[in-house]
Amino acid sequence: MVIGKVGFGSATSLGRACGTLGGAVTVEVRLPNILRPMAAGEPIVNAEGDSLREVFDDLVRQYPALRSSLLTPDGEMHRHLNVFVNDDDVRYLGKLDAKVGDADTVTLMPAVAGG
Amino acid sequence: MLLLARPLWDRVVAHCLDGLPLEACGLLAGREGKVLEVYPASNAARSARLYTVEPRDVLSADRAARAAGWDLIGVWHSHTHTLAYPSPTDVEQAPDPDWHYVLVSLSDVEPVVRSYRIIDRQVQEEPVYTEP
Repeated sequence: MVIGKVGFGSATSLGRACGTLGGAVTVEVRLPNILRPMAAGEPIVNAEGDSLREVFDDLVRQYPALRSSLLTPDGEMHRHLNVFVNDDDVRYLGKLDAKVGDADTVTLMPAVAGG
Repeated sequence: MLLLARPLWDRVVAHCLDGLPLEACGLLAGREGKVLEVYPASNAARSARLYTVEPRDVLSADRAARAAGWDLIGVWHSHTHTLAYPSPTDVEQAPDPDWHYVLVSLSDVEPVVRSYRIIDRQVQEEPVYTEP
């Protein structure tokens, strides 16, 4: 995997606020235990993209078994998944339209709920 | 089998009592069935019938557990008016077959704590020990 550095690596918050700052960047994606078997057992993988949608697309390209855990058949974010860009819940950043920047960390966690 | 030492058991139950009249919830960290830390969480559903662990609390618990060299190994929540047995919603939404699902019933005078594994929607109770 090529680490695609761009010139605004430290300005990730600004990047999310302003949109795309350059070409696709590489982000670190942290996987919960439940998803690791679908990603060759890796706890942390890299993926490219300027938005969460592109990051998910790249994840699915690399690890097709992840698709049904990340996305609904309609291509929306799976409701049993919590996703954070650094400390920010993507539900408040536009979900799959959330912008990501170089050096960002995307963390996937299971939604934990019941009755 | 779940080992939930008495001080941690007490914190779980206290969090559930503090949450009344709503359901309360939290996450368990440890390894191989031994709970080494508990992380009380907010119930984002704010309901007496449902719970959703506040997503930020899941993130912070996961970070704290990883920093300590542990994993999240389960979740607990209270049933305020029913038995300590997983509801159909609990079974439907159980996120991880490797997790331990701890139920705390507050329907009687004394809280009742039970633990279950939920694999392929099959519920299996497991013993809970408070000391090795």
